[in-house]
Order: sequence, then C-alpha cells, then structure tokens
Amino acid sequence: MADEALFQFLHNEVIQYIYKSAEGGETENGRNITKLENMGFRVGQGLIERFTKDTARFKDELDIMKFICKDFWTCVFKKQIDNLRTNHQGIYVLQDNKFRLLSQLSAGKQYLEHAPKYLAFTCGLVRGSLSNLGVKSIVTAEVSVMPACKFQVMIQKL
Amino acid sequence: MSRQSNRTTDNKKMNSELFTLTYGALVTQLCKDYENDEEVNKQLDKMGYNIGVRLIEDFLARSSVGRCQDFRETADVIAKVAFKMYLGITPSVTNWSPAGDEFSLILENNPLVDFVELPDNHSTLIYSNLLCGVLRGALEMVQMAVDVRFAQDTLRGDNVTEIRMKFIKRIEENLPAGDE
Repeated sequence: MADEALFQFLHNEVIQYIYKSAEGGETENGRNITKLENMGFRVGQGLIERFTKDTARFKDELDIMKFICKDFWTCVFKKQIDNLRTNHQGIYVLQDNKFRLLSQLSAGKQYLEHAPKYLAFTCGLVRGSLSNLGVKSIVTAEVSVMPACKFQVMIQKL
Repeated sequence: MSRQSNRTTDNKKMNSELFTLTYGALVTQLCKDYENDEEVNKQLDKMGYNIGVRLIEDFLARSSVGRCQDFRETADVIAKVAFKMYLGITPSVTNWSPAGDEFSLILENNPLVDFVELPDNHSTLIYSNLLCGVLRGALEMVQMAVDVRFAQDTLRGDNVTEIRMKFIKRIEENLPAGDE
C-alpha cells in the first residue's frame, strides 16, 4: 500500500514537469500528451515482462485483454477493471469506475479539462504492455464523469 | 483461473517495480531534455522537493509520529519509519558528527536503482537525487532546514550508497505582522 502514495506523487510531478518545460498552444499540448504516453509505453514494456514471467501462454487476444483487466490492473492500480466490452473486431473498451490517478481530483466538473493529462501515462502503459505481448494497438482514454474513465484499445491488424 | 492465484502474494512488490520503472522513464526523459548531468541533478532535486512537501502530510497522517525532540530522533524516524513505509527498506544511521548535527544514511539496496546501469557518458549523474529533494522538502515542512546530498553511490562504483544529512537551522515560524 505504502508505495502507492509515492507513485502518485511522482506521477503528478512528471506531469507538472512535462507541462512546465513546454507551455504553449494546442500543438504543444498534443506533444506533451505524446511524451507522457511514450514514458508510459516504456514502463508498460518493462512491467509486463516482470508480470508474465511465470504465467501460461495466452490463448488469444481476448485472453490477453482479460489478463490486462484483471491481473495487470490489480498489480498497478489495486483493483480490477469494472467493465470490459468488445465488438469482437479488435476494439475493446475498458471501463474503470474509480480510476486511481483521478481519485485525488475533484469529482465535479471543475478539473475535467485537466483529466487527459492524468490518463496519458496509463494509455502508454497499456499500449506498451500489449506491444510486448505481440499486440500492436492504439490506446485512447476519455472521461465523462470523474473519477470514472474509459480506455479504448484499438488493435492494429498486421 | 489458476493464473491469478500465484500472483496475489507479491502484489506489493509489483507496485514498487511500477515506481522504479516510472522513475527510470523520468530520468531518461530528463537526460534527453538537458545537456548536462548537473542540470538533471538539479531538476531531480527540485521535483523531489515538491514531492517531499506533500509527502510529509501523508506521512504524519499515517504514522502517528509526533514532534521530534532532537536530530537523533529525527534520524531514527527517517530511517526506521519513513524509509520503511515508502520504500520498504531500513537504512542504517551512522557517522554522527561530534556535535550531533550531521549523520549518514547507509542504504543497503536502493530500490530506485533496481534495473539501472549508468552509461559511461553520465558519470556525474546522481541517479537517485530525487531522494535528497524529498528529504529536504519534507523536513522543511516540520521547521528543519537540512542539507542533504549523496556522499557515495553504488551506481558510480562505491561500495555502499550513503546519504549525508546536515542540520542547518531551525526555521522560525513567521507569523504575519499583527497576526498573533
């Protein structure tokens, strides 16, 4: 449990740093999100190697997604994804009703516009993990009501 | 479902890996953004400071530790309670100066550097410098001005990792004029 506060503080600091180092318009914002996402990607790649070193081989794509929703999410955020949906054509929607990294923010609309900053790293985390499991994807996130959020994973077919 | 069962036991360790790797990604990013190691060290210290001033609240709220009577007690609390709580290690406290205003924390295994090797061209990088900032920031919030720096670092070839802490002064509480 204890390590968690540390991670949250560090995560906040990382966001602060990235945004302070380049303040600017819309394009800057996009670039910052990309930077955060790339950092998450690297971390995800590293984490998944550690997490899966003694698991059985995954059967298929759905099996991998289930692993991300259950084990991976539990290890990182101490809870499971609340809802997983898919269209069976490579799009998965992972819904977390109380996302850890948003839980410190106001539950109202006040900071809604800042929410994407707090999700970019995690998007990268998921993409990096999937990438090291041999699944190429695009991961985006959206928040409509804090602290719930949805991650959309689009699998890129080779 | 058999897959889940063997993992729940070392849940906590996973979390520190997340922290370690995230920290690594941050240092990597800083090294990309800044030309020299000095700047990176400074930036890490600054970020640590920002964390420290917040972390102290979390710490005081959760640990039920009261006001420290002297610097020796402070040292004990840092090593035995705070480090244990946040990083899961207990550094040893040694090398007290005769005046009792300076001591060293010896870290047996620094969790921040778990997967790290310093490349040759970063010989002056103080990889874990964030810790210094955290300690400085946290202590400042409890009215202690302290100088914190790495004296030795295993990453740079030393035998142990040593953080040297020196008490500078007690920060007086400045009440605004006329506000008794």
